[in-house]
Amino acid sequence: MITIIRYGMQEALRRKVFLVVLSLTIVFLGLFWVINHFVFRDVAHITPPEDVHVDSRTFAGAFMFGLGMFATLFLGVVLAVFLTLGVVSGDAERGLLQPLVVRPIGRAALLGARFLGAAAVCAAYVLAVYFGAMLIVGGTGHWWPDRIVTPGIELVAAVVIVTALSLLGSVVLSATANGIAVFMLFGAGLVAGLLGSIGHALDSHAVKTSAAVAAWVLPFEALYQDALRQITASTSGVTGFLLQLGPFGGAYIHGWGIRLWAAAYLALVAFGAALVFARRDL
Amino acid sequence: MPAALAVSGLVKRYGAVEALGGVDLEVREGELVGLLGPNGAGKSTLVKIAVGLVRPTAGQAALAGAVAGSLAARRALGYLAELFRFPGWYTADEVLLLHQRLAGSDGGAEERRRLLELVALADARDRRVEAMSKGMQQRLGIAQALVGEPRVLLLDEPTSALDPVGRRTVRLLLEELRGRGVAVLLNSHLLSEVELVCDRVAILLDGKVVAAGTPAELARPRGVEIETDAGLETIAGAGREDAPRLVAERVAAGRQVYGVRVLTSTLEEVYLEKVGGATS
Repeated sequence: MITIIRYGMQEALRRKVFLVVLSLTIVFLGLFWVINHFVFRDVAHITPPEDVHVDSRTFAGAFMFGLGMFATLFLGVVLAVFLTLGVVSGDAERGLLQPLVVRPIGRAALLGARFLGAAAVCAAYVLAVYFGAMLIVGGTGHWWPDRIVTPGIELVAAVVIVTALSLLGSVVLSATANGIAVFMLFGAGLVAGLLGSIGHALDSHAVKTSAAVAAWVLPFEALYQDALRQITASTSGVTGFLLQLGPFGGAYIHGWGIRLWAAAYLALVAFGAALVFARRDL
Repeated sequence: MPAALAVSGLVKRYGAVEALGGVDLEVREGELVGLLGPNGAGKSTLVKIAVGLVRPTAGQAALAGAVAGSLAARRALGYLAELFRFPGWYTADEVLLLHQRLAGSDGGAEERRRLLELVALADARDRRVEAMSKGMQQRLGIAQALVGEPRVLLLDEPTSALDPVGRRTVRLLLEELRGRGVAVLLNSHLLSEVELVCDRVAILLDGKVVAAGTPAELARPRGVEIETDAGLETIAGAGREDAPRLVAERVAAGRQVYGVRVLTSTLEEVYLEKVGGATS
């Protein structure tokens, strides 16, 4: 298994996936620092009306860090997709997979190793960007989230689920089709999350239900929303209410129910990928 | 002892297309069997089923007594795919190291050195795959298939990209493997090559075996050619068993006999006769 994990890493290095993602990340973190610097400089001069009890620094900090978490999730998903989109179909089309599959390691172990390798890289990357964004917001705005570790772990879990979905897609779809499909799923999840915020603001039952269904079908979105909720878990009053309105605030499906479902969902996707791969002609 | 490779009643359908329509074939230990047929005859499908890359619709395939695709079968097998590629950034030595690890071979550096030498790539040990010619990559593919000393070797068009010297290297290698008791199924379009090295030949057409046997069994007698002081004479329809009598008759008639040659059809002629003009 270690052999295949290493093989996957070398492949990613050679295809310059890490280089592209690292460059994008440096650009993002640089821009993020500049934006935070100006936001917190200006926030210092904003004084809300006396009858509006908004903690402008907390609001700005949570909003900016929420933005940072969104970017972390997006970049993590980009990395996950590009590490896995052609693992089965793409490599089979190019004739890279067949010499490996006929070896005693077997299909399930091969797929599992590719998943573990990609998931480990994505997890390390997401945590690095997450804590980098937190340090930038904390350093420039002197604001720190109410929960530090759990939101990061939930972001990691969200990206790991996308990794598994992309791996499953690579078994049945060509690399290009898989990349498009996973990004569309990711986009659909984000839209559903935003719809949830709108539905709650408008108190629309239909919109709230649709968003809830989408959150359970695509639990990476629910985990991301829950991570956002946790960074202001102890923030109350008007500031908390405004943050809950979104787009980087509330989660309406949250807690251990969705976390356990996400774990089960991941296991189901992994099992499905192994099952389909075992039966696929190469 | 079970056959090194045994397929029986093998059927494979891709939707409405029948790639294999009930194939029976055996390769025994130390035997080199050639698989011939036009494009689309089902040769690669048969090999892919035998190595576990493709699932049969019906029938059985077994390697060294184990179901094709099972762990025991994969442990006994060496395979070179028709269309394969190794990561371009690997050196020849790294490709073999990767496959040693996957095959669980403990041959180490000595096995890699020996395999590269066998396929005349000893000098290219540290050369990256992306810097190799197609022929070198194919020879590396053969070396890869030999990692872990497999009992059964399935080679799908192993010499398609090789020059005559490369082909000869592979031919000698196959003969050496046969001597060591390795069973080889050779899928090739190169009839002359198959005729030179294979103990038996099976010709596939439209997913069915239309002829099988040793090259000598498949060859049809075309006559006996006798060179005498009266010139070259061809006796059509005569076979090997007629040659002594024909020579004796000419000697009795006072002719000087300088040479006798039994004429048989070549494998190419047998092949063309069996497959007609089929190609795709």
